[in-house]
Amino acid sequence: MITSEAHRASRRRTVRLFELAGLLATCVGLVVLAVLVVDVFGDGLPRLSWQFLTSYPSRKPEDAGILAALVGSLWLLVLTALVAFPIGVGAAIYLEEYSTQGRLQRVIEINIANLAGVPSIIYGLLGLELFVRIMRPITGGRSVLAGALTMALLVMPIVIIAAREALRAVADSQRQAAYALGATRWQVTSRVVVPAALPGILTGTILALSRAVGETAPLITMGALTYVAFLPDLSLAGLQSPFTVLPIQIFNWVSRPQPGFHVNAAAGIVVLLVVLLLMNATAIILRNRYQRRT
Amino acid sequence: MWSVPEAALTTQADTPAKVEVRDLSVHYGETKAVDGVNIDIPRNQVTALIGPSGCGKSTFLRCLNRMNDHIAGAQIRGRVVMDGEDVYGPDVDAVDLRRRVGMVFQKSNPFPKTIFENVAFGPRVHGLRDAVALREIVERSLRQSALWDEVSSSLEKSALELSGGQQQRLCIARALAVEPEVLLMDEPASALDPISTAKIEELIHELKNSYTIVIVTHNMQQAARVSDITAYFYLGKLIEYGPTARIFTSPTRQETEDYITGRFG
Amino acid sequence: MPQHTDKAYEEELAQLRSHVLEMGGLVEEQIAHAIRALTERDESLARETMQRDHTVNRLDVEIDELCIKLLALRQPAARDLRLITTALKITTDLERIGDLASHTAERALELSAELPIKPYIDLPQMADLARGMVHQSLDAFVKEDAELALSVCASDDPLDKLHAQLFRELLSFMVEDPTTISRAMRLLFVSKALERIGDHATNIAEMVIFMVRGRSIRHMDAVPRVL
Repeated sequence: MITSEAHRASRRRTVRLFELAGLLATCVGLVVLAVLVVDVFGDGLPRLSWQFLTSYPSRKPEDAGILAALVGSLWLLVLTALVAFPIGVGAAIYLEEYSTQGRLQRVIEINIANLAGVPSIIYGLLGLELFVRIMRPITGGRSVLAGALTMALLVMPIVIIAAREALRAVADSQRQAAYALGATRWQVTSRVVVPAALPGILTGTILALSRAVGETAPLITMGALTYVAFLPDLSLAGLQSPFTVLPIQIFNWVSRPQPGFHVNAAAGIVVLLVVLLLMNATAIILRNRYQRRT
Repeated sequence: MWSVPEAALTTQADTPAKVEVRDLSVHYGETKAVDGVNIDIPRNQVTALIGPSGCGKSTFLRCLNRMNDHIAGAQIRGRVVMDGEDVYGPDVDAVDLRRRVGMVFQKSNPFPKTIFENVAFGPRVHGLRDAVALREIVERSLRQSALWDEVSSSLEKSALELSGGQQQRLCIARALAVEPEVLLMDEPASALDPISTAKIEELIHELKNSYTIVIVTHNMQQAARVSDITAYFYLGKLIEYGPTARIFTSPTRQETEDYITGRFG
Repeated sequence: MPQHTDKAYEEELAQLRSHVLEMGGLVEEQIAHAIRALTERDESLARETMQRDHTVNRLDVEIDELCIKLLALRQPAARDLRLITTALKITTDLERIGDLASHTAERALELSAELPIKPYIDLPQMADLARGMVHQSLDAFVKEDAELALSVCASDDPLDKLHAQLFRELLSFMVEDPTTISRAMRLLFVSKALERIGDHATNIAEMVIFMVRGRSIRHMDAVPRVL
């Protein structure tokens, strides 16, 4: 007899033990999150109103609004995406499909992985020196353009890694099939590999960008303002205008003594969470479409 | 000495071979995957390559359309002469070669696109844009691979929704769409059920009227059913090749006989 | 030569060979008994021989079934395929030889009631030759020896000549003394049967050559001297 009744019972117990432990671990995480969210929403939700969303900051808490910060965050997001996506995906395509497995390749790979782990404030310092000071004629100093470039640097390693994973996930048999039909390397990449990897690339990019939305330190470092009572021009000249973002605005309100501002901060957090939620939802929808097609 | 009635066992004499391989060797670093192979592939016939796993037959097949070029570290020596021109010659464009020499793989690999887009892919990458011409080519290729009747009303469906056997026939249609002269098939039916396999074999029988076909197979009975010429590979060397009927009734080499009778030693 | 990786297959082929040999041995015995029944005018031996033909036929059917099973289930190729198809054809010839021996025994039965018209010298000689040819062809089968098989083909000539000679002799008997006609006719039949046994043995030898060498020499105008 390979097993005895005692053995079988003991195995069953172990299984149940692990099930309970896993459930507990999950619950702890969820419970903590739920408590935080409920607390914030409890404070912030009543404050949400059309007025809140469309006003500029003010000395009086009940007049203050989040418009500049919201628009600033969104615009920064778009600009960051416009810079990080082409360069990051292009680099990933080059590394994955074109370069050979030499020593240079490995060096590049290691460095990209390292860059993804660098503390974000370092990027802030880099942005300050490079984009704000050195490239002042182009960026106009502490502008939304400089901010976007800084954030692009921040998220680029993540975009590259995610895009490479997505490209790698495309089965080699697909490339073989395309080559066997007489396609050139560029045709294989552009017509077969990238279209197949696109949902994965987009998912990775959106997740990288959602990290950028929540960043505060690097933006403060490179000079985003904390009190902006105007909207930057949505034009080419407006790229050079100063700006602020949601996390900074929230931070600013939290540091004020009046409790009214704390309520504003809570409402700001709610808005920030909604933005993040929407971004993550988009990523999830894209991932589901990806899984359905393969 | 004395003549033996070999009426059933004669080869196509006097027509030049479609592909003449001379002294072909392929090295991956230290390993010799293909060792000094000499063989003539006759036109409009089916040549089957058999042999145990790792004997080099798939590597050899990939030499015929230069797909080994994509494998890092592969060194290829020797000549593969198709219609008088060495495909490894300096003037030959591998991309154009692959239009003339098509390939179907062991596991069907349709693109995650529509059925129409899959078949039209080949002509498109070679520059054909005219919508009418593309539609004609798609229909013709799907008819040639005996799939048209099953999909003609649903060309915009995803290719991944087809069954395994249908997907493989789609891959065949895709390969035929660029109008190749030679069709290479690497174990095309090994992942399919017996009925789909029989359909593919029937298809091969039809196609050889228009194309020269080289097929790699693990299944000796399939080689026996489907091919005109059988070549036996072992450890990278070509041991023997000849008319299939002769190879399966009285092969010349002991190694060949041991393999096909199941005496693997 | 290595064995089949599938041992069961190897055993089935061995079984096939031994069945064929069994049938061949039985048939050789039948020839010997039939002639002895004739020369010793032994009625009971003659009857026994005729009865034993059923065993020969049963073996023929068994070997056929075994061959068909092997063809269906094993998809044999090359030498295995030639072995099995040869076995199928050999047993046909062996079965015919068995029939001829049985008919000879029948004639022996008929002749045992009367006095022989002449001493039996030629017929036993022919019988020995024919038996030898059968034995040698089966020997060649089991040893896979094409040269031995070829020598069987060469032995067919002397047998034919003996038959022709006996034919002339019996003819002269019948012309001289019409009362001998019925006995002479029966003896003529036995001679013809033995000559045909030689032909069947030659067929077996030709099939063995095909089995061993993969080339057929059947139905050629002249038997080759060398392979």
